[in-house]
Amino acid sequence: MTRGLWSDRRAAFGIAVLAIAAIVALGAPLVAADPIAQGDIVATRFLPPLSSDATGAFHLLGTDRFGRDVWARLVYGARISLGVGSLAVLVSVLVGVAVGAAAGFWQGWPSTLLLGLTDFALALPRVVLLLLLASLWQPSAGLVILVLGLTGWMTIARLVHGEVRALAVRPFVESAVGLGASDLRVLVRHLLPNAMTPVIVAAALGLGNAIMLEAGLSFLGLGVQPPTPSWGNLIASGRDTLVNAPWVAAAPGVALVLVVVAATLLGDAVRDRLDPSLAVRRAG
Amino acid sequence: MALLLLRRAISGAAVVFGVLTLMFFLLRLAPGDPARLLVGPAATEEQVAAQRQALGLDRPLAAQYAAWLGRFGQGDWGTSIATGRPVARTLAEAWPATVSLVGVSLVLSYLIGIAVGVLQAMRGGRLDTALSVATVTLFALPGYWLGLMLVMVFTYQTRMLPAFGSAGFDSDFLTGWERVADRLRHLALPLATLTLIGIGGTARYVRGAMLDVAGAPFVAIARAKGLSSTTVALRHVLRNALIPVVTLLGLSLPALFSGAVFIEAIFAWPGVGRVLVNGVAARDYPVIMAATAVSAALVVAGNLLAEALVGLVDPRVRGGTRRGGGG
Repeated sequence: MTRGLWSDRRAAFGIAVLAIAAIVALGAPLVAADPIAQGDIVATRFLPPLSSDATGAFHLLGTDRFGRDVWARLVYGARISLGVGSLAVLVSVLVGVAVGAAAGFWQGWPSTLLLGLTDFALALPRVVLLLLLASLWQPSAGLVILVLGLTGWMTIARLVHGEVRALAVRPFVESAVGLGASDLRVLVRHLLPNAMTPVIVAAALGLGNAIMLEAGLSFLGLGVQPPTPSWGNLIASGRDTLVNAPWVAAAPGVALVLVVVAATLLGDAVRDRLDPSLAVRRAG
Repeated sequence: MALLLLRRAISGAAVVFGVLTLMFFLLRLAPGDPARLLVGPAATEEQVAAQRQALGLDRPLAAQYAAWLGRFGQGDWGTSIATGRPVARTLAEAWPATVSLVGVSLVLSYLIGIAVGVLQAMRGGRLDTALSVATVTLFALPGYWLGLMLVMVFTYQTRMLPAFGSAGFDSDFLTGWERVADRLRHLALPLATLTLIGIGGTARYVRGAMLDVAGAPFVAIARAKGLSSTTVALRHVLRNALIPVVTLLGLSLPALFSGAVFIEAIFAWPGVGRVLVNGVAARDYPVIMAATAVSAALVVAGNLLAEALVGLVDPRVRGGTRRGGGG
């Protein structure tokens, strides 16, 4: 399956961009200077991209109004943005799979209750909720992860619910029950592994969304707080200097778009691959 | 159909009520005291306590909830803690701005998005690939960033369009066409931002729905009858592909309103989103509750509208044989 994915240009692009972003973020100290260090502010601020300052330090993406290196802030910001995004998706997947599996497996009132909860959560205005929660408690990366995760599990729950219900009547499940497997064993060992494929697609699409929302919260000042760089608060800080230093806001935005496009294309490619009927129809 | 819509309306009202109840308790449980914010950092403990009593914040939570619910239900939404203005009037002034921005953008992004998606599905090949790259990029653009970039180009560099508010400072002195032109110029950038982003998602979805329908047997029959490919695409494929698209319209409303919150914050657009963001910053409980109620109600109303539209597009739903609204 992996080899097949590489031949899909969308998947190759997605994997390559996400891998590069992850490697650069993890190896940040190796590829960038200190993101918070300020030299002589007057001499080094607002240097355009591809210029060097008096000390000979090269600034690939220029400097901001405090003379901080934009590339360094971008690279360290990737740690926060990608980290928060991935962990938020992980929370969504865990909650979504648990709710969806339980609703699909135990018919009757547990199912009705959980599906009702899912529909209700789906109707909540997500950004309104995010704004409120992020503003009521002290903003931090942990809170953003929790909030994004707890408002993003519903699609996954619905998908898993549908898969589990469809699988539960299949002969291999009946035989597992006939062999005396416990409910939990049937669910965890037989049903869930077969229901995971749409979850992977939803997680890839959700990753892009979570990264975008994290940046949005930080942009409004309700997410990760400066001077710790995150792509959202980098864009926000560049907003004030749009006239004389447009690169400060432009650079993190371009990085954000690239990563979200990569996650979306990867999700599309995986979906087409996992659903061959669709792929055949699209080819024909 | 009417019965179905009525049932949906009731469950929609239940959702709004649930959202409000959730918000009420979250607000009261969260740290931070509006009384303290109101009297300022220099106030004594007695002054804070007096302010808390004046706002009714010293009573038990259940009593506060019951009292608030009673007043809210009767339309008494209280006065803003921060500005002292009646909340209902603030929101009455704000919601038309949001609805006009979101509504016009919705219509434009669906018209353009459907056109692009149909073109992609019909033509295929290089054009399809190029447009796919364009739509996925639009889909991935964060609204607040696209907004800033448009401001940079059109306001700061070419000085063509204003970037703040819904009307110029002198709009009260303008008459007739000049006034309309002023409004339109202020609408241009926020509308362009919201619409461009919407086009990406819609076109991607329409293209997929068209290709899904294109494989159905009735399409092969239409072709076999010798109908032109344009007729097949528009009369047979598109009509059926529109059914999930209209459902998507309802489901995408919460996201659109969410996007509008950011756009309103950037362009200082005087809508519900900005009222909410300002209310959150000032911990202005009555304003937050009312703005939440209005945005939740707008989302629910939009979903109902989409449900009714599905009934118009798909005769099978009208008979009540199919349960609409499923994702």
